[in-house]
Amino acid sequence: MILGRVVGNVVATQKNPDFNGKKLLLVMPVDPEGEAAGSIQLAVDAVGAGEGDLVIVIAEGGSARQVLGVQNPLAPIDNVIAGIVDEVESEAGTLRLYP
Amino acid sequence: MQLAEVIGTVVATRKVASLNGTKFLVIQPITPGGAKAGPPLVAVDTVGAGYKELVFYVRGKEAGMAVSPEIPPVDASITGIIDSFRHCYTVAVNPETPDEARGAGHDPRTGGR
Repeated sequence: MILGRVVGNVVATQKNPDFNGKKLLLVMPVDPEGEAAGSIQLAVDAVGAGEGDLVIVIAEGGSARQVLGVQNPLAPIDNVIAGIVDEVESEAGTLRLYP
Repeated sequence: MQLAEVIGTVVATRKVASLNGTKFLVIQPITPGGAKAGPPLVAVDTVGAGYKELVFYVRGKEAGMAVSPEIPPVDASITGIIDSFRHCYTVAVNPETPDEARGAGHDPRTGGR
C-alpha cells in the first residue's frame, strides 16, 4: 500500500464495463512529508475520498478487486483507495489530513 | 491505472496466434499537465480508442484481464477513454469529446469545479 494525495478526478464514458458506477480519482503518491513521490496514478475510490484527501492506495489487483467487491474476478482494476488517512507520524514529523 | 495519449497505431501481421484479433496502439504516458511520463509503449485497445485521444490504461496481469475471457499474453491495455479530468485547479477536456458526454461541472466554460 502507498500513501497518496487525491489531486483530481477523471470522467470517462467509454470504458471497460467493470469500471461502471465507480469513481476514478487522480492520486499523487507522497512520502511521509507530503512531498510527491512518483507519478500520478488513477485509482478507484472505495471510501468516499475527495480532492485534497490524504489516502491509502492498494496498488495490487487482487486486493483491489476484493476491496471493491467486484463480481468479475477478471476486472482489470489495479489501484483502489482503501482508506482516508488522518495522521502520519514519522521522523519527518506529523503529516495530517488537513495541515 | 495511468493517463496516456494515443500517439500511433501498430500493425503486425506475423505474431503469436493468441494475439490474433487484438488492436495495438502506441501510447505515451503523460502527467495531467500533459508532460511525458516515461517512454511510449504498445498497448492493446479494448475500448475503441483512436489517435490523439486521452485514455487510461492498466499494466501487468490486469492488462490481460481487460481482454477477458481470452486473457492474451499482453502487459498493457487501454481500459477507458477520458472525457475530461480535473487536476487540482486546472481543468482539461478532450477536444474529441461531445458536449453531452462531458462530466457535469467539469467544463471550464461552465465555470463549475
